[in-house]
Formats: sequence, C-alpha cells, structure tokens
Amino acid sequence: MVEDGYNFAYLDEQTKRMIRRAILKAVAIPGYQVPFGSREMPLPFGWGTGGIQVTASIIGPDDTLKVIDQGADDTVNAVSIRKFFARTAGVETTERTEAATIVQTRHRIPETPLGAGQILVYQVPIPEPLRWLEPRETETRKMHALQEYGPMHVRLYEDIAHFGHIATSYDYPVRVNGRYLMRPSPIPKFDNPKMDRSPALQLFGAGREKRIYAIPPHTEVRSLDFDDHPFEVQKWADVCAFCGSGDSFLDEIVTDDRGGRMFVCSDTDYCSRRREAGCTGPAMQAAGPGEA
Amino acid sequence: MQPDAVPPLLSARGVTKFYDGILGCRDVSFEIWPGEVLGVVGESGSGKTTLLHCISARLEPTAGTVEYMTRHDGPADIYRISEPARRLLMRTDWGFVHQNPREGLRMGVSAGANIGERLMAVGARHYGNIRHAATDWLDKVEMDTGRMDDLPITFSGGMQQRLQIARNLVTAPRIVFMDEPTGGLDVSVQARLLDLLRGLVSDLGLAAVIVTHDLAVARLLSHRLLVMRRGEVVESGLTDQVLDDPQHPYSQLLVSSVIHP
Amino acid sequence: MYVAVKGGEKAIEASHSLLDSARRGDPSVPELSTRQISEQLSLAVDRVMAEGSLYDRELAALAIKQAQGDLIEAVFLLRAYRTTLPRLGNSEPIDTGRMAIQRRISATFKDIPGGQILGPTYDYTHRLLDFRLAGEGGSGGEGSAPEEGRGPPPDEAVPRIVDLLGREGLIEEEAASETAEAPPADITREPLRFPADRDARLQALARGDEGFLLALGYSSQRGFSNNHPFAGEIRYGAVAVEIMPEELGFAVEIGEIEVTEVQMVNQFKGSSAAPPQFTRGYGLVFGHQERKAMSMALVDRALRCRELDEAAVAPAQDEEFVLYHSDNVEASGFVQHLKLPHYVDFQSELELLRKLRAEFEAPSAEAAE
Repeated sequence: MVEDGYNFAYLDEQTKRMIRRAILKAVAIPGYQVPFGSREMPLPFGWGTGGIQVTASIIGPDDTLKVIDQGADDTVNAVSIRKFFARTAGVETTERTEAATIVQTRHRIPETPLGAGQILVYQVPIPEPLRWLEPRETETRKMHALQEYGPMHVRLYEDIAHFGHIATSYDYPVRVNGRYLMRPSPIPKFDNPKMDRSPALQLFGAGREKRIYAIPPHTEVRSLDFDDHPFEVQKWADVCAFCGSGDSFLDEIVTDDRGGRMFVCSDTDYCSRRREAGCTGPAMQAAGPGEA
Repeated sequence: MQPDAVPPLLSARGVTKFYDGILGCRDVSFEIWPGEVLGVVGESGSGKTTLLHCISARLEPTAGTVEYMTRHDGPADIYRISEPARRLLMRTDWGFVHQNPREGLRMGVSAGANIGERLMAVGARHYGNIRHAATDWLDKVEMDTGRMDDLPITFSGGMQQRLQIARNLVTAPRIVFMDEPTGGLDVSVQARLLDLLRGLVSDLGLAAVIVTHDLAVARLLSHRLLVMRRGEVVESGLTDQVLDDPQHPYSQLLVSSVIHP
Repeated sequence: MYVAVKGGEKAIEASHSLLDSARRGDPSVPELSTRQISEQLSLAVDRVMAEGSLYDRELAALAIKQAQGDLIEAVFLLRAYRTTLPRLGNSEPIDTGRMAIQRRISATFKDIPGGQILGPTYDYTHRLLDFRLAGEGGSGGEGSAPEEGRGPPPDEAVPRIVDLLGREGLIEEEAASETAEAPPADITREPLRFPADRDARLQALARGDEGFLLALGYSSQRGFSNNHPFAGEIRYGAVAVEIMPEELGFAVEIGEIEVTEVQMVNQFKGSSAAPPQFTRGYGLVFGHQERKAMSMALVDRALRCRELDEAAVAPAQDEEFVLYHSDNVEASGFVQHLKLPHYVDFQSELELLRKLRAEFEAPSAEAAE
C-alpha cells in the first residue's frame, strides 16, 4: 500500500534526477565527494537521510529492499526506514542479504558477500576523512585536490608510536582506486576488506553534509597502513553464542550485573541462516535445542 | 664561490608589497647562490619579514618577481607555477623556520611525528624508516632521542626551536627561510642554537635567508647582508664589509648602536 | 535476554500512541484549534514559518500543534513538507519601500520622513505577569486596535532611512553582486559552497536558528568583531508578492506576506581608494521577528569582513563556522542521532580499549612476578 499524496519513494522526480546525476558523477570519480542539493526528509538529519535519499532515487517498483542498522534488521531505526519505503514505494522488503537488490546500511557491511547487481547504500554522518585534522571545507577540498594526505598518516604514526599499533577501530580511512582518501562511514574496520573489489555497487549518502560518493564494482579499496605495520582486522577469542560462528563481527551482550556477558553475531540475518542450517553456539548447546 | 659559473638558486627582482596602500617593502632585488647565507637586518617595521614572506611564496608581492631554480625544470616564477608545484616546493625543497616555534610545529603530535610529517607527505610509508630518520635528526639537532614520543609542549623554547629546524631539514631542502630564529630565547640558549645552525648550514651546504634585528646573529651566520629601512634596502654587501665599514648613515647608526663586548 | 535490540517495530508503534496521548493532554480540557494557534500564538507561528522557509500560517500552526509547541520540531515538520512542494516559479523581488507599515522605528534620527511608528511592541511593556490573562475572557483585546496604529496604505511609499544617507554618499552603495544578473542562490536546491556569496549567506541566515544568531550577534557587540552597529531602521508590515508570468510580460500580485526588515548602519571605514563611509548589515525575516532580524543584520555585517578587507578573527566572522552551524534542523538531527544505537562502533572501541589495557598491564605484571 503506497501512501497517498506523495510521489513514488517520496521524492519528486526532479529531485531524484538531480540525485542520480550526483550518483553518476560519484561513480565516475570513485571516492570523490560530490556535493548535492540534499533535501529535508521526514526523518531527522543524522538519522540516515543521505542513505534514504540515495535509495529513494535508485529504487524501482521491482526492487527488493533490506535495511540494517548495526548489522541487524530489527533495530528501531532500520525498522523505521524500512517502513518508510514500504509506505512510500510499496516495494518488497527482505531480511535475506542475497535476496535484496538494494541494502541500505548504517555501520555494517553484511557478512554474506554481496554479488554483482546488488547495491549497498551507506548512511554517512561525516563524509570528510580529513575533518578531524582540518575543520575547514575550503582547506580539505584543496588537500584532496592536491592529494595532500600526509597528515592522515601522521595520525596513524602517532597511534603506533603510543600504542604499538594503529588504534583506529571503526571509520578507518581508505584510499579508493589509488586516488581519493575516503571515509567508509562508521563501519568497524573488520568490514573494510569487504569493500575491496566488491562486485556490488557501493553508494554513500551524507544528507546533512550534502555529499554523495561511491565505489564502483571491482574497485580497489585500500585501508591506510604502513609497510611494516600492515592493516589488520579485529579478532575475537569467542565465537557467537547462538550460531558458533568464529569469523563474523560479534556484539557483546551484558547478561547480568556480575560481569556476565556473551558474544553474538551483529549480523542477525547471517546468524539465523546459520542456525537454520544447523550450526549452534555455546549458549544453545547449554540451553538445549529448541530454545532461542 | 663563483657566482658567474653557477646560476643563482633564487632571484628576487623589484619585489614590492603594499598592504592596502601601506608600504611593506619596495623594489627589493637580490640573488642567492647555492650554499650561500643571506642576512636581512633592520629594526622592526623595516619590512624584512614582509620581504621574507614574499620570497618564500607565503605572500604574493604587489609587484616584482621571485624566481627559483627548481631541481628538474630550471628557473620558475614561484607565483606563476601551479599551486601543487608550489606546495610541493614548500614542503620538500624549502624550509621555513618561524620565530615562534608554535607556528612551525604541529603542537598536538609527538616530536617524532613532527619530523616524520614531511616524509609522510611525500609518500614515506615505512614506519621503521620514518622513525629512524626522526632519531637521526633529533641527534643532529642535539636533542635527546629518548624524547621522540613526547609532545612539543613538554620541551623548552630552545628545544622546540631545534625540533622545528629538524622538521624542516628532514627532506634535505636546498634553501631555508628563517624569521628571527633565535628571537625570544635567552642568551646562552641563543648561543648554542646559533652554533648548531652554523654547523648545519655549512655541513649541509644549505642556502638560507635569515631575517634578524640582531647584528651579532647576522655576523655569525651570514655571508652577505641586506640592510633595510622603511621598506627599502639601503645597503648591501659582504657581511664583514657592511658591519665593519658601513657606508649608509642608517647602517652606521645600526652598527654604532650595538654595544661591543 | 536479546530483546533489548529486538522487537523495534512494536516498540515504535507503542511509542507513537503514547505520543498521541501526551500531545492531547487531559481530554477534559478543550482541544486547541490550529486557528487559535495562528491567531493567539502568532509570534511562534512567525518563527516556525521563517526557520521552516515556508510562508503558510495554517501549516505552521498545524506543525506547532503536532509538535506540542516544540518550535524546532515544528520547523522540521514544515521543512519536510516544503521539500515535496513543486516549484512553480520565482517571485519578483519584494519592495519593502512599499510596505503597509505597522511598525517602523529608527534609532539614528529623531524625526524621519514618514514618522516613527511604534506599532505593536513588547519593548516598553513592564514584564509583569498579567493575571487577567489567566482567566477566561480577560485578554483585554476585545476593543479594536486604535486607528492611528495602522500604517499608510501600500500605494504610498515610505522612504528607507538608509537610502537618505545613501543620497549624501555617506553609506556604501549596496553592492550589486557580480552575479546580479543570475538568479539568486538557493541553498535549498544547491549545497552551500565556500566562499559563499552574500545572497547565499543571507538566505542561510534568514532560515537560521534565532537563538544561534542572537548569540553570535550579541558576541559581536561584546567585542568579538565589534562593528559598531546603529539600528538605522526597523520596519514591519505587509508587502505584496508579485510574479511575472512570461506570457504576460508584466507583474501580477498573488498575495501579501508580513516581513520584518532591519537595516543596520555600521562603522565607517576608509581606505586610500574609498572615502570613509558607513557600511551596511541587512536582516529580513518572515513575520514580526525583530530580535531575529536584528541578529541577522549584525551577523551579516560581521560576515562581510572578507569583502570589506577586515581581518576575520571572531566566530561571527567565520563563514564556515556560522553557516554550517546555523540550521537548527540539521543541528538538532545530528545532536539527537546520538540516541541511535552505536553498538558496533562501541564494540570496536571496547575491544581496542581492552587490548590496550592488556598491553599496558602486561609489562607491570611481568615485573611483579
């Protein structure tokens, strides 16, 4: 059921065309932040308006949409955005990663590898990777134009000097196609390798900051590092309490006030698919079958 | 030195700067050859700092040109080349030492990072090598290499100035611009820093332009001198010649106002 | 145990119905009508229209009702509605010289052509709670407004004070921007770019948060880039809005809107090229909002530092700082997005912190052994 009184997927067609032009430019210049005339949306700025505008501009009646926040399909903001598109576009929605044609995400990349023809839309709070080093837009634009990315390495150098390793754990900067320095939005660095040469198209929308950028399929994405301190992702000593996965990103669940805790997959779809396939983790084995 | 055999490293011609109608400096011309140290002396307000900024691509002059002998492309007007080329020059082939080290240092990062920054800016990506270069340079400016990971704020003024110098020299520049490099330091610290600077300049064969109001500094460091007054050069020549036998009445006044020990 | 992050959909629905009942309050108290809001809370309506960038009293009143009187939330509702409206055309510039004036004062001249018109203002009220208003029917507004409080009819132009100074050359010409021929910037269609031209700056300020601009304007008066302002003229009233349909070739009036206009006269400056003269700061806001319009004029003048060759040293002069942070819909959204889950980032930080702690404690543990 599509809401009366609004255009398909909320935005008017003129606005969608403007956003699509920005997306095309972004795809043509991988990693470059394209300014666009971001609109007020019925959801607040900072709550995914950039991703929503990108999705609204590319979605068609035949698309199947998946929305995740923190990897989960049923966190409140993911629910709210999915309902928004169900109401304004009437499209089919899904929780299954491989069934979606468009996946809109905040803070995670699904564990299930994305394939050709799929589009991953990231919600981006702050698009500028150099922002904490230089607050001025006029200066950061110049730094990008001249590829003056030394100060970013200074930051990583400082991490190693003080901690013995790079101490940036999420929103870890990358270089796209050997040219633009890019902020992958606050995904954990665990997800960074998934961006590299992905067969899916990756689009990034920052509504409040009015920028769109993109990684076309099969594009090289390198996480910044030093030759003698190569990029590494997080590892857990535990496995998922529900599905036993030892190689997905784990959320920590505090179970009582005496320090008890357990680890579970952040990607809820991945976890439940594994359990459907018969995998179990320590919590399930302890509780016995049939209780989740 | 044989000025005629090699081309000058930097030539200023008719450099003039007005600030909204007020004279900064007027019609200054000179040349610097590789390895030569030029002192610019005069009292405050004489236009020497304006001149330094004009010739170091920090302040475009109202009139006149500044030409630099680039490593690969011959002489180039520093205000006509592209901005990327100019910025590259400024962080590799040139150095700039501010009177106040806070202006020349990144105060929020360690001494090692301050030295390593220029290397990383031109593509150094090996942590161990960067660290090695930083150790090497701390040593060359006679600082405790054990303090490499400390923030500049924890160093004394003299040490901060040494750090600023190391940060500039790490990319092996061919010319360094210095604005009162020993100003604001007490006398004994000044003397040691001057000694260090003199050693570095001669060991590395650096060219330098040193702006100072202190004739003792000028005498110790520079081969040639420009004496400035009210935005203009009133006298120039070999340092000893200018200081021992000043011709212009203003130079005579400057020299005679110094109390000899 | 996993419910904390599950079941979002039901929770949202329950939250919305709680909101509905909180909005309605005690059902034994009569419900507010939007007409009551637009008539009796008219200054709130003015603010919501201005910062919502949409002149529609009824919709603004609805937004205020829906937002339970939270004006920034109401601004947001109006903005989100505005986004969906088609743009049918651009109006001709409004002529505030032909305003049907309700209030007009100048702090620079005692007597001015057209006269000082005090109009409705809180300026000279004593701020004593009026308990007559607490009772029904005690509003005291039943009598009609005195006749002399009304402005002249709109066909009788009232000269602007600042133009009188202009005739003597004592104030700078209002510089026609280099892009005067081009249509003015529209930051609701194109993102702001820096350095921004004055048209884009003024638009951002007109939409900007009153509180933020008030604080910035105030900071300039307290010495953070003082530009010695005089309130040259403040006028409030209705102006006609006209459009010029191409096929007609002449302008047609389509309605009128109320605006408050402020022209500040600021410190004079001279250089070798230009004689000393006053400079300008300009404020224009929908409805009757003098505080906002004056703040806007102060900040406009402060932001002109680049053009006037003044050193930018204070926050109010910093274009990127002011314009990037003046929009309360953007600011409110981003501040409040901290309420959204950040489990993943936090988990990554937690992991890192534990690792660092372990490394920090390891050597001392060894030493203790």
